[in-house]
Amino acid sequence: MASLKYLMFLGCAIPYRVSAFEISARKVLCKLGVELHEMPEFNCCGLPLDPVSHEMMLILAARNLALAEREGLDITTLCPGCAGTLKKVNRMLKENKELRDDINSHLKDSGLQFKGTSNVKHFMQLMVEDVGLEKIKNSVTKPLTMLKVAEHNGCHILRPKEFIGFDDPEDPKTLKTLIEATGATCLDYMDETECCGAPSVGVSDKVALQLARDKLNHVKAVEAEAMITICPFCHIMYDTNELRIEKMFNEVYGIPVLHYPQLLGLAMGMKPAELAFSELRVDVSKLLNKVEEKK
Amino acid sequence: MQAEKKTIKASEMDPKFKYEISKMHGGEKLMRCFQCGTCTSDCPVARFSETYRPRQIIRMAQLGLRNRVLNSDTLWLCAACFTCTDRCPQDVEVASVIRVLRNLAAEQGCVPEVFKEQCSSILESGYAYKIPELRVRKREQLGLPPLPKGNTDSISKSLCNVHFLKHLGKKGE
Repeated sequence: MASLKYLMFLGCAIPYRVSAFEISARKVLCKLGVELHEMPEFNCCGLPLDPVSHEMMLILAARNLALAEREGLDITTLCPGCAGTLKKVNRMLKENKELRDDINSHLKDSGLQFKGTSNVKHFMQLMVEDVGLEKIKNSVTKPLTMLKVAEHNGCHILRPKEFIGFDDPEDPKTLKTLIEATGATCLDYMDETECCGAPSVGVSDKVALQLARDKLNHVKAVEAEAMITICPFCHIMYDTNELRIEKMFNEVYGIPVLHYPQLLGLAMGMKPAELAFSELRVDVSKLLNKVEEKK
Repeated sequence: MQAEKKTIKASEMDPKFKYEISKMHGGEKLMRCFQCGTCTSDCPVARFSETYRPRQIIRMAQLGLRNRVLNSDTLWLCAACFTCTDRCPQDVEVASVIRVLRNLAAEQGCVPEVFKEQCSSILESGYAYKIPELRVRKREQLGLPPLPKGNTDSISKSLCNVHFLKHLGKKGE
């Protein structure tokens, strides 16, 4: 079987404060035979600066795409924001020669050039399209049939639809399918596709946390034992901020929030310590005990 | 926001503003908006904010209320979830029009501090956040490969002609 090689684009949020996602994803991808190479150098994908300068976002994204082209590899990311931005810019520059020439004129002095020879896939897309569901199912040795969880896709993995072209933003199925591959039950709940609010943090924390609270209420209503995310920012909103939301709105949740590769890793028989469960803020001991008991 | 409820004076309206926006990437379809309100009713932020209404922002842009819309705090509340863009029956890229407006506001130096901080951080390290040295070193302990470094000279060269950077200069001096 041909080996799957990707350039790992970490983004900024993951090395800053979401290392559990990286640790568990690398473990799981390694087990599934995906070979990860590191970026030779790095700059932010550009998304955080799109609001202040679209041009700056384009240049920053194009630099990363040009670096990947020089390595002769496709990019994979764990952050849907990075994936969405790099995908979108890749397509814009491929299709629009005038724009491409303009952006390349900014890259020239750095010795870089965008040609449009690399592709970009988010971790989840890589899992279903390149690794394949069968292989993932076959890797499961300890099915998590005792767990009932809720998925949260987040926005940038799906929208804007025109540029992302992956799954259906109004009724996404991929993450559910991947969760069910671990043996766990994936519950439906109200407003599943609603935004976590993370991009509004710093502008209005109150609005952002109300959005996250709304989602936690809906997840609690169906008695999910955990929430499963695939985005570092969504994870920060629900895990890192869960206690803050509980205090602010006088609520009690206690809902653990797992990165998808942590869930899959458990189903593959890996130990919680290997999957950096200790990095999670919300107490996961109850959930881990349940998994342990039934094994 | 009280200011937005004031009577609109004809002298406030800049009829060229909508053409200016329509020429920018993402703003092309501004004039297609017929104010149906799908964007606002589907907007997750509008559910919890008393002031943020994408339909209103689009209308202000169409009417040419340049100063009012560019100085409005609510412009920065959009979470860029793109629900409005995906659901607009007129195919207006609502979130992108808002981004165009933000870019214009930022050009005038009207921008929340958080964006300036991220921009400075990218110029200094390649990363949008200042990653503590401890975190970088901890990677080895955690069995992670070394963190790729930002080539700051190269990044600065690529960004040297970007207008927004002049606002950072002012602040840093």
